[in-house]
Amino acid sequence: MNLAELQKKLLAAARSNPPDEHVPYAFEKRITAIIAARSAADHWVAWTRGWWRAAASCVAVAVACGVFSLFTPVTTDNSNDLSQDFENTLLASVDQPDVAP
Amino acid sequence: MERSEAELIAAVLKGDRASFEPLVAKYSPRVFATARRYARRESEIEDICQEVWLKAFDKLKSFRGEAPFEHWLMRLAVRTCYDFLRGHQRNRESSFSEISEPEEDWLDRFVVDPGSAAEDAEAAKLLIDRVLEKLSPAARLVIQLLEIEDRSVKEIAEITGWSVPLVKVRAFRARGEMRKILSRLTQDKYL
Repeated sequence: MNLAELQKKLLAAARSNPPDEHVPYAFEKRITAIIAARSAADHWVAWTRGWWRAAASCVAVAVACGVFSLFTPVTTDNSNDLSQDFENTLLASVDQPDVAP
Repeated sequence: MERSEAELIAAVLKGDRASFEPLVAKYSPRVFATARRYARRESEIEDICQEVWLKAFDKLKSFRGEAPFEHWLMRLAVRTCYDFLRGHQRNRESSFSEISEPEEDWLDRFVVDPGSAAEDAEAAKLLIDRVLEKLSPAARLVIQLLEIEDRSVKEIAEITGWSVPLVKVRAFRARGEMRKILSRLTQDKYL
């Protein structure tokens, strides 16, 4: 069989039968509806993504503070401890021993 | 008053999604015709066309208006069809044992007298569809664009994004692949 001739014939057959241009009913409405629905969903996705990013940033800051406090050397000298001084001042009146009249 | 294509595109880019609808209505026949060249089932054709339009909407910003919108859209359509072919290669390895009676008759007529087998016969169309289905995605795309749609190598390079030498190489291989499939078809039937 002449394959080249067969190939030529079949390609000519394909050329002589252009495909149908029929479009399903209201196809354009369907596309517009999908685009509208997709962009509504996109808003929720954006919000959720924003919240997750915020949460991730908070966790990162907390971890950074934790690491900082862990590696900061603790001073044994209490004279410079501001928090201790503050506490002593605040509780000074409470800590005063009862004096009998 | 009917708005021009450029006005519609500008409106879509400004956020007016409704302006996209006239573009879909105008160009869908061509998009469907393109999809029907690469897919058989109507559900697959609709899926391809839907994907083409959603991609067009998403990528509309990249349309710079240098070439007509139709050319830009058809390039997108052909590339989507190519992706579809690459994802649906299931029928390629099957044999030709399932060819219908009219197709067999057409082949018999061709064997006896090549001139008597009409090119516009429905059986010839079914047969070429069957042969095209067995080609690799790249070969099918090249045969479709070069041999059936009669496009130039340069045009195919623009549509597919391949270089001109690559299109030539793929065209050469595609013709060989088609010849091999046809010889398998005739072997299955006549040997």
